[in-house]
Amino acid sequence: MSVTNLLDNWAAVRHFHPIDDKPHDPYKWAMAIDLDACIGCNACAVACYAENNLPVVGREKFKHGQVMHWMRIERYWDEDGRDYPDQGFQFLPMMCQQCEAAPCETVCPVGATNHTQDGLNSQIYNRCIGSRYCSANCPFKVRYFNWYDYPTTENVWPAEMNYQLNPDVTVRGKGVMEKCTFCVQRLRAAEVTAKGEGRIVREGEVQTACQQSCPTGAISFGNLVDPESRVHKQWQAQQVDLDKDMQEKNQKEGGSDLRGYRILEELRSYPSVMYLERVRESAV
Amino acid sequence: MKDIREDIAWAKINQDVMKSLENPRPLYWVILFFAVLAFGIGIGCEVYQYQMGMGVANLDNPHVWGLYIATFIFWIGMSHSGTLLSAILHLMHADWRKPIYRFAEAMTTFSLMTAGLFVMVHLGRLWQFYYAVPYPNERWVWPNFQSPLLWDAMAIFTYLSSSVLFLFVGMIPDLAIARDNMQSGWRRKLYTLLALGWEGTDRQWRNFRVTYLTIACFLIPLAVSVHSIVASDFGMSQQPGWHVTSFPPYFVAGALYSGCAAIITLFIILRYVFKFEEYMTLPILKKIVRLTFAIAMVWTYLNCVEFASVWYSHDAVSKDLLIQKMTGPYAPFWWAMIFCGSIVPLIFAIKRFQTNIPVLFATSLLLNLGMWLERWMIVSPTFSHGYYPWTWDHDQWPSMIQWGIVFGSFGWFTLLFMVFCKMFPSVSMYEVKEMVYHRSLHLKQNGTVEQGVH
Repeated sequence: MSVTNLLDNWAAVRHFHPIDDKPHDPYKWAMAIDLDACIGCNACAVACYAENNLPVVGREKFKHGQVMHWMRIERYWDEDGRDYPDQGFQFLPMMCQQCEAAPCETVCPVGATNHTQDGLNSQIYNRCIGSRYCSANCPFKVRYFNWYDYPTTENVWPAEMNYQLNPDVTVRGKGVMEKCTFCVQRLRAAEVTAKGEGRIVREGEVQTACQQSCPTGAISFGNLVDPESRVHKQWQAQQVDLDKDMQEKNQKEGGSDLRGYRILEELRSYPSVMYLERVRESAV
Repeated sequence: MKDIREDIAWAKINQDVMKSLENPRPLYWVILFFAVLAFGIGIGCEVYQYQMGMGVANLDNPHVWGLYIATFIFWIGMSHSGTLLSAILHLMHADWRKPIYRFAEAMTTFSLMTAGLFVMVHLGRLWQFYYAVPYPNERWVWPNFQSPLLWDAMAIFTYLSSSVLFLFVGMIPDLAIARDNMQSGWRRKLYTLLALGWEGTDRQWRNFRVTYLTIACFLIPLAVSVHSIVASDFGMSQQPGWHVTSFPPYFVAGALYSGCAAIITLFIILRYVFKFEEYMTLPILKKIVRLTFAIAMVWTYLNCVEFASVWYSHDAVSKDLLIQKMTGPYAPFWWAMIFCGSIVPLIFAIKRFQTNIPVLFATSLLLNLGMWLERWMIVSPTFSHGYYPWTWDHDQWPSMIQWGIVFGSFGWFTLLFMVFCKMFPSVSMYEVKEMVYHRSLHLKQNGTVEQGVH
């Protein structure tokens, strides 16, 4: 943000809906996750570790809550007095929701987290000074801080796994914040290839690591502004709109057949991930 | 009882205050020793944390802020009363402030310096902190002007530089006295340099008055804005327990409160250590105590406002958090805060205790403990019990590194403050003379005082 930019655009600040802040032309990356299909196998989380060079912090630091899983599988169950409550486990894969009006972006003192043209919430590691204000203001708490210098810590990436590290992704040093990027390295590669061929990225041409590894296809990912994409069709079928803070499903009296919702929508951060409500009673 | 003895001679004022620069009571050296010790511990902890990473503070995801931010607010708050005493009461012509405003102003400056350190200690990449400063660079990369943290940085630097200036300008006539009374040596050279050639001419006094008044007027809105901006760090976020409209006045009231309590503590220490019994008198102490009591009640009221607005807002998450504060793992500290902040000051309402030094000393320490707890209870519970139940973390406890740095900050502050009081006149000589002069006018008219004594 330059001073000229600041002064020139001052009058335009927030005179429009936050989702119109960036053009989303020709891309708006978004996701849909079917909770009915999720079996809680954690394959997505493992794939994320491999794709994004996430440090494996070990048991001790995990216990201290310093784990770095960008993608986490949450477990919920009812306290309804059944003998084996884990029979009623419900799973929820949670990662950065790439909010359109992201609470983390406005509070960063150095502007290290920004919104991109294609609707991602980006994180600039080199710019981050580690004030952790973004995480403090994130309602989903999906940002992970490098509490230690993991690249120089023993057993984070054991020697025999050196070749497993992804060369397309940097490793992060101590003191910076990181989070799910929607596998931005894959998106950029696909966007550049498509641009060179004078077209836009086709549906199915790019997958996120979590989507790729999901055995039940619970995760779909794609370009929301492309009417041919699966994500677009799912969002449309569920009548979920990016710019609403309460979806159709929750407005109808006496319930609805629709399943689509976004988490903590009422906070008006306009997340880019739609969840499909569970219909089955149990995962098992 | 009178605020100050009216027949005290000007020469004696000079003598008494100059003595404080020479030979304090032995307790001074004891305090200094423990201050250096505590500061050393803090430095050790910080060096370790710098080397290892922030993880050694036992912060975690999502509990990313802890005692550093809480103590940061505490020190910023502490800085407000110096300005209250020296600037606001100056404009209101409350002349009882004159013997005590100098050390209060020093307290402002040094607590701001301590607070500034906490911003640094808190940063994950301390070595890149200058990214948050709007310095010109060839890539046109600027900090994010939307961020309350950036406003914070600017407000604190402005406040710090202004209050250093205010402290210095107000001290010039006294530095000249020190220069004239000091035997030769490095200190005399220092005073000569700092006195800026002050001769006490009519023109100098007039310029001095205008300058002093101007800075005072500049400082008052600044002080209010600084803590309002610190409150914005929380109020501007959307987290439960933070997103409260009444936070800026609440923070300012809390700031004045803890600052006044600290003034009472330091008043009692200085009075003993530097033998200032003639100047820091009990009637003056009584006035600060009554002021502190009033502010304590304002703070209590604003607390009630906050609870009521959360309670009746039907914001389920905030309400849940409030209940969690009262009954959850933080409950002992939360109730200790209510006790120390709202119940303990009731002692001040009892006349008998308003001049009882041991009671006041203990009480003022308790008040500051309460105010520190208040800041902690603002910062931490929100992280442990936020919007997202999966990330609730009720067990997080700060590591010894965090406690060590917090402890060290008290050493750092005490060190700076005590060295200042030994180096510079901590009672404003010229203003005490002014005070005595105005108060003894009637004595002169009655002719009860010998010619030439004043």
